[in-house]
Parts: sequence; C-alpha cells; structure tokens
Amino acid sequence: MRAAALLVLALLAAGPARAVQPDEVLPDPTLEHRAREISAGLRCLVCQNQSIDDSDAPLAKDLRLIVRERLKAGDTNQAVEDYVVRRYGEFVLLRPVFGLHTLLLWATPLLAILLGGFGIWRLARRKAPPPERRLTTAEEDEVAALLRRD
Amino acid sequence: MLVETGHFALALALALSLVQAVMPVWAARAGEPALRQVAVQAALGSFACVLFAFAALTYAHATSDFSVQNVVDNSHTAKPFIYKISGVWGNHEGSLLLWVLILTLFGACVAVAKSAVPPVLRANTLGVQGFITFVFVLFMIATSNPFSRVMPAPIEGRDLNPLLQDAGLAIHPPLLYVGYVGFSITFAFAVAALIDGRIDAVWARAVRPWTLIAWSFLTLGIAMGSYWAYYELGWGGWWFWDPVENASLMPWIAGTALLHSTVVMEKRDALKVWTVLLAILTFSLSLLGTFIVRSGVLTSVHSFATDPTRGVFILAILILFIGGSLTLFAWRAPLLRQGGLFAPISREGSLVLNNLFLVAACATVFVGTLYPLLLEMLTGEKISVGPPFFNFTFVPLAVPLLLIVPFGQALAWKRGDALAASQRLFAAMAAALAVGLGAAALHWGGPVLAPVGVGLGAYLIVGSALEIISRARGYGASRARGASVIWRRALGLPRSAWGTAIAHAGVGVVVLGIAAQGWATEGLATLKSGGTLAAGPYVATLDRVAPRTGPNYEETVAYLTIRNKAGDEIGHVETSKRFYPSRQMAVTESGLLTVGASQVYASLGEIQPDGAGLRLYHKPYVLLIWLGAVVMALGGGLSLTDRRMRVGAPVRARAKGLPPAAVPAE
Repeated sequence: MRAAALLVLALLAAGPARAVQPDEVLPDPTLEHRAREISAGLRCLVCQNQSIDDSDAPLAKDLRLIVRERLKAGDTNQAVEDYVVRRYGEFVLLRPVFGLHTLLLWATPLLAILLGGFGIWRLARRKAPPPERRLTTAEEDEVAALLRRD
Repeated sequence: MLVETGHFALALALALSLVQAVMPVWAARAGEPALRQVAVQAALGSFACVLFAFAALTYAHATSDFSVQNVVDNSHTAKPFIYKISGVWGNHEGSLLLWVLILTLFGACVAVAKSAVPPVLRANTLGVQGFITFVFVLFMIATSNPFSRVMPAPIEGRDLNPLLQDAGLAIHPPLLYVGYVGFSITFAFAVAALIDGRIDAVWARAVRPWTLIAWSFLTLGIAMGSYWAYYELGWGGWWFWDPVENASLMPWIAGTALLHSTVVMEKRDALKVWTVLLAILTFSLSLLGTFIVRSGVLTSVHSFATDPTRGVFILAILILFIGGSLTLFAWRAPLLRQGGLFAPISREGSLVLNNLFLVAACATVFVGTLYPLLLEMLTGEKISVGPPFFNFTFVPLAVPLLLIVPFGQALAWKRGDALAASQRLFAAMAAALAVGLGAAALHWGGPVLAPVGVGLGAYLIVGSALEIISRARGYGASRARGASVIWRRALGLPRSAWGTAIAHAGVGVVVLGIAAQGWATEGLATLKSGGTLAAGPYVATLDRVAPRTGPNYEETVAYLTIRNKAGDEIGHVETSKRFYPSRQMAVTESGLLTVGASQVYASLGEIQPDGAGLRLYHKPYVLLIWLGAVVMALGGGLSLTDRRMRVGAPVRARAKGLPPAAVPAE
C-alpha cells in the first residue's frame, strides 16, 4: 500500500529536477540552512544510498518540499524528522535511531576497542616465551654447511 | 577464431592452476623437492594463458566483434576507442578476467622472484595462489564466461554505461584490483605458513614487499575512485560512505594494519599469530569487496536472486575461502610459536595501538555496511546506515590513531621514553596549535572542527619531518651540529625511513584537505545569459547555453566565465548535460577550474528556454585530499625500493663476492 502511494507520488511529481532547485530555496537563510541540515540526514527512498539533499529524483524533491513546509509551519528539526519518519518509516533516516534493534550497531566501535584492549592487556602480561623450536637434522646440516663456507 | 582460442586458453589456465595448487603440497607430503618446480612452471603457464585470453577479449572489444555477447552488451561502434579498451573491464565478466589476470601475474612474480624465501614456504604459497586462481577461473567459465557467442550477431551493440565512459574509470579498476589481488599473496603466504606450521621474521620480510605493493595500489585506486565520484556524480562530495566505497575501504584499513604489524613481527618477532589473522582478514575483505559489490547484494537483498547460479557460486567462494582459512587458522595457529614480549611504551607498543584503532575502525565500517542487510533478513525491519553514522563513529576512532602516529615514530623499539618523545615532538605540537589557531582566526565563526583538523594535519606533516631530522641528527656523542651534516646524513637514511615519513606526511595532507572542506561554499540559482552566481571568493557569469554534438552523445553546454571578487578573469568552465541515445541515458558533466589546490566546481541543473539552473561550489584545497593519497602511495613505493626489501638483493651481493648487505639498524 505504501509502495503504491510512493509510486503515485513519484508519477505526479515527474519531470527533470536535480538536488535542491533554486525555486525550492526558502527566503529565510536560517530556515533554509536548517532545511539543508535535515535534508542531508534523510534518505532518498528510490535512490541508492543518496540523501534527499543530493538526489535528483522527483520523490526526493517532494520530501525536500515537505521538510521546508514543516519548518515554515514552525516545527523544530526533531519534529520535522519525526513527521517524516511517521510517514515513511525508520528507513528514511540515514543516521539510525538508537534502540534495541540497533544496539549492536552503535556499540561496535566501543566493543571493538574494549575487546582489543583486553587482548592487548593479556598479551602484555604474558611471561617469557618457551624456548626456541629445535632445528631439524636437515637444517642443522645446512647451518653447518653455511658456517664451513665462510 | 581468436575468441575461441582465448576461451580455450582460459580452460587451459584452469587445468594449469589445478596443477599449481596440487603439486607443491604433494611434493611436501611425498618428500620429493623436485616436484615443487612444477608449481613454478604451472604458475608461469597459467599467467601466459590468462594473458592470452585477456588479449583475445580486448581484441574482440577493439574490433567491435558483435558476435560476442560481452561486446554486444558493453560496446558500440561509435564509442571512442579508449572506452572500447576500458570497456573490456567495465563489466562483470571482463572485470573478473582482469582480476584473474592480475592474480596470475602476481603468482608468476612469486614464482620467478629470487628471494630468500625458504623453498617449502614458496612452494606452498604458490600452491595456495594456484588454488585461488583455479576457483576463480572455474567461476568465470561456469557462470560468467566473457567469450560466449551470440547467434545471429546484432548489427550494433548496446554501448557502455555512460557513467563508465570516463578516463577515471579506465584506470580506477586496474589500480583497485592490483590492490585487492596483491593481498592474495599475503593471504597465500599466511595459509602456507599455517600449513607448514611455522612462521618467523623471514616470513614477515618475504610478505612485506607484497603488502606494500598491494597497499600502495589500493590507496591510489580508492583515491582515483573518490575523485571520479567527485567530478562525475555532480554533487561535489568526495566520499559518500556508500557500500561500494566501504567495500574498498575495509581491505585498505585492514591492509594498513597488516603493513604495520608485519614491521613489529620483522623487528621484534612478536604479533605472529595476529599478523597471520590480519593477512587472512585483509584478503577476505578484498574478496567481499570484489564480489559483494558485483552480486548487488548490498543495494538490495533481492537483487542477489536475479542470477541464482552466480549468487550461490559467489556465496560458496566466500564461505570456502573465508571460512576455510579461518578454520585452518583455528586449527593450526596454536602450533605457531608465540614470541616477543613488549613494553607498552615502545615503538611496538604504539604499533599495537595503531592496530587496535585500525581494526576497530574496520569493524565499525563492516558492521555499519552489513547491519541493515542482516537486520532485514532476521527481523524484516528496514533501517539505513548512512554518512551521519559513519562520520559520528569513524572520526573518534581516526583522531587518536592519527595523534599517536608521530609518537610511535619518536619512540624507540623495546623500551621508549614517552617524555623524551614528547619533547622531540614539541615543534610539531607548536606548529599544530599555531596553524589551527591561525585557521580559526581567519574563519572566525565558521565550523569548529575544521581548524582542529587543519592543526592535526600540520602536526602529522611536521611530525614526519621531525622524525627524519632527529634520526639524521643522531644522539649522544655522534649528534650532528651543522645543518649540512644533518642534510647529508638524512640523504643517507634508509629509503624505508623516508618512505614511512613521506607516507605519514601524506596522511597529514589528506587530513588538511578534508578539514578545509568545512569552509567550502556553495551557490545555487537559475541564471539567464549574462547572469552571475557567487561561491566563496569567485563569481561565475553564464555566457551562453548551447547544444553540441559529441562522438556518441548530444549535449547542452553551459559556458561560464569565472572571475574573482575584484572582477579579474580567472578562467572558463563548461558544464553540460549529455544524452546518450544508445542507452537512452542522461548524465551531467560537471565543470572544474583548478586554482592552486582549490577548485571551482560548476554543475548544470535544469535547462530553461532562456537560461539554466546552476550550482557553483568553491572547494578550498580540495585537491589535497587526493594529492595526499598519492603522496602516501609514493611513500609506500619508496619503501619498496629499500635495500633490504629488494627481492633477491642478498643473493646477488653474495654472488659478487661482496659481504651480505648490512641491514640498516632502525
């Protein structure tokens, strides 16, 4: 159902356009700056890994306009994001929310440092290594030959 | 006819690589050293065969032989000749053939290199390399044959994707592949060591040149790809944390860690098991990079199933190599003798920290790239992990890593003196502070992180210079006085010392370039002829918009004149919208004007009857990002020419009756 709605939206807004168009820009520079900031964090749903700020897809343009409309209506940045997420789901956020389902994702850098640090700590505490492995008879001969030659 | 011969050569390479894979291991089992020689011949033979196959495919593309499916799908008679050549590897089948060509080239190099590598290790390495070749040629012949014919042959081809018709794309994949595939040699060495059950400093020394080659090329390849994305995709970014980019970044990070851990192993006989594991992981990530991108699984879980045989084969290859080598590691690694103690405050201690941060960064990119995929498979929930996540997690890991770079250099092996090292680095810290504060004062009210980054870059560059100076000056009684003595001694330092310093300075240059992007400015407007648009210190005037015809496209070009604020003309820029009728595809060509290391970047938007939408960026010092990468690769190349690294140097020295080349003390 949502896919169908997206398709209709995309068809309605057909026509060439790329990234932010001059006619989309808000007259108030602070508001426009906030709009750009929010747009950079929202994913273009029909593109491959592009933010709506970079995308030239018609759907991205619609989202940009929605963001600007909400800002004009006086929403905070968070409120605009929430509004877009309510309509399009979490998939639209390029910075995933922090939650149970993203716990491992967000914890990875810290976990890696802690685990690695623990490994290094154990390595540093290690006692002197056991004695050197003995040479095989063949290698002993090779060494003897080398020594003779010098 | 030539195409069939090429196809046959590929089949021959399959057979030869199997011989190369089996013989050395058999020779070791049977105790027949003479059999080992077969692996050398087989390695040379399979390289010759794959080279022939590649030449045959290139010929088919160059002559637009439309009876070959691969040519039909990716070529067109009107396509410029250079893209007919680069089109050979601008598609799945052809790029695989290039991959295997480089693989066998490296195998042949190992086979003929006169080095001090113990014969058993060399034979086993060739065997592993042969096995990799075998699996990939099999994959190619079974699922991705570039030599398939089509009957009846069409009159015209479907042309190459216009985005790929670019000089950058002609050299980007070969550079990247030399990098990816170069790590197959370190992987082969690691697996050979595991099979053999022993590993020592000789192993580390044998592996280092290959790691250096692979790393240097991968650095260039990634930089090239980044520059291509910057000017071709038309929205001025230079890194997008796209899964495809991450796929090449991961082996680079792991390879950087490997490069540093082999130094510790060579000098201090420590971190052996870890180095072997890193070698396995680096190549595993290279494989993932090559094939996960090819399979399209990263863009959508569902596109994996569009060609089930190919997808399943890729999955099988990944499981075979990654799972197989890790299993071998778990089984055999306990046999490798652990050696070398280290104190936390020492050169090796700092290199261990380097590895810790690099691996954590690599793990972050890995999890960030694959997490959405796994989450969707397991729970059906769809999330996106984009640039905001990576910037937030990657930068805090990169900054401490960069801070310890000059420190590690200033510390001695075994037992360093942190205080003395800080004193030696005083000039670098002072320079960082001065440059950072200066930048902040110049751009008061601008972004906060940019001056910090500039300071960090300056710290790295000055720190590298200090390292060379203090080594040349010497210590204690031999401490040099005059500048000329220091200069003479500096020139006499081992090339690897210079290579290290230059590569680290290159990192500083990259950091400078990245930091300066905080001050990038952008202008956006719909212009009529004669209208102007400003970005930073420059103003663009739209002179006219006119159509133009290219060799295989039609384009609408916007001609711009760039002036500075005083009104002096700086140069001209053209940006266009191209339409390729053969693929019915439109692309935007951005226009660039380079002023020093900075660029003015123009990108054409919507074309209107009496004008055009235009986006203009001023990118201060943006070229430093890629120049820095080139400097890093140069540093790697310089290290490679170091006397002790030169493959076979000790052998030749002895043959001439000279004493063996002295190993420069670090």
